[in-house]
Amino acid sequence: MLTISHFKPENAVIDEICPAGEPWMGMVKKGQTFRILDLEGNQAVDTLFYNADNLEERYSAVDTIQRQSRLYLTTGSVLFSSEGNAMATITADTCGRHDTLGGACAAESNTVRYALDKKYMHSCRDNFMHAINHCDCAHHLNMTKRDITANINFFMNVPVTSEGELSFADGISAPGKYVEIQAEMNLMVLISNCPQLNNPCNAYNPTPIQMLVWD
Amino acid sequence: MQDILWEELIPGGNHWSGVLRRGNTLRLTDLESGANVSALFYNKEEKLERYNMPDTLKAQQTAFLTLGNVCYSDMGRIFCSVTADTVGWHDTICGVSDAMYIQKKYGKANFQTHRNGMLRSGKDGLLIELGKWGLGKRDLGPTVNFFSKVTADDYGLLTYQPGNSKTGDIVDLRFEMDTLVVISTSPHPLDPKKEYKPAAIKLTVKKTGDVPADDVCRNHCSQNERGFINTERYYAR
Repeated sequence: MLTISHFKPENAVIDEICPAGEPWMGMVKKGQTFRILDLEGNQAVDTLFYNADNLEERYSAVDTIQRQSRLYLTTGSVLFSSEGNAMATITADTCGRHDTLGGACAAESNTVRYALDKKYMHSCRDNFMHAINHCDCAHHLNMTKRDITANINFFMNVPVTSEGELSFADGISAPGKYVEIQAEMNLMVLISNCPQLNNPCNAYNPTPIQMLVWD
Repeated sequence: MQDILWEELIPGGNHWSGVLRRGNTLRLTDLESGANVSALFYNKEEKLERYNMPDTLKAQQTAFLTLGNVCYSDMGRIFCSVTADTVGWHDTICGVSDAMYIQKKYGKANFQTHRNGMLRSGKDGLLIELGKWGLGKRDLGPTVNFFSKVTADDYGLLTYQPGNSKTGDIVDLRFEMDTLVVISTSPHPLDPKKEYKPAAIKLTVKKTGDVPADDVCRNHCSQNERGFINTERYYAR
């Protein structure tokens, strides 16, 4: 469902650009609203959420799907944790559909999906690995690959047919489209602004995104 | 017919874990119709390598599993291949129930009131088994729900399809890696049946050996061919 937001960028407490292909990690406190803005369009944003007060509790794609009997995310969708708690709610969305089945690209899965020699390209999982080792906010968390679970792909379109066929369709996002998430608990947010060059999820041209947070 | 290495019955609503060796095939049999087998896979010698639902679906461009499909690890390798299937659809996208959900849906039935008839959620059963191998909540990802079928409409609204699996239905998983298998036989979370009566299943393990050149799973798509190459390289000696 398309819904616009009334938050104004000039009032944001965080306003940062995440360049094309780079990771981003940060805290969003309970009650704050977090916007991801697709600046140039068709940019997949691979996103994971953790309970900042208990890392073992994290975003669960299958709990989110199962508890709402819905595959796609949009305004009104609740993002459920591995403990069955509401972590966040999507409160505005000018794109209309976001994916939570497609996961993150990785060097190793590149070899399967595209060709054995496509391993040495930048990937979302390598971005996640880099971020959890370098972000100041992650130093005390001791995160490893164990903590990288099935993520959300904001702005990505992965339709499933009634026959169970799954495809990576052209994006339905465009320059200036955004999604907003209201935090229902203190969240650690881990993002890879997807660097994948081998499929249409970024229109073969990864671009920057803007992150805004309001109290 | 190859020799059976071992067999074991698992009652409905219970849980199991064990190691399946490369070159052996695990047959799951639905003994009472309407079974649900929620399964997770880990590399026996490096358990950080585990079943990855998105990679499995993306590589084969499918939202469910059947004959010809394989289960991918997060390292581009193949844990197991579906080499026989009388069911036709195994769910990958719904995960398992938790204790609160089971109590809300079926009522309270603990050990004090029901002894071994107590109701165990899928999540709690999997966590009990994971704990036996030094694993825990951080290792519990999306499961394959063998024997269960859930379809999506154009808007992504999901519908559980009853009657997907009947008594005697089977699915064969040929293991391509030495794999820790963790199983719960609790009901599928979207199964609308009001009674908690999950079906018992049978595990049957046979030695099946090397993958033949004309293998239906290896030749299912070019992605699977590369997945098999990655797996063979891991075991090269």
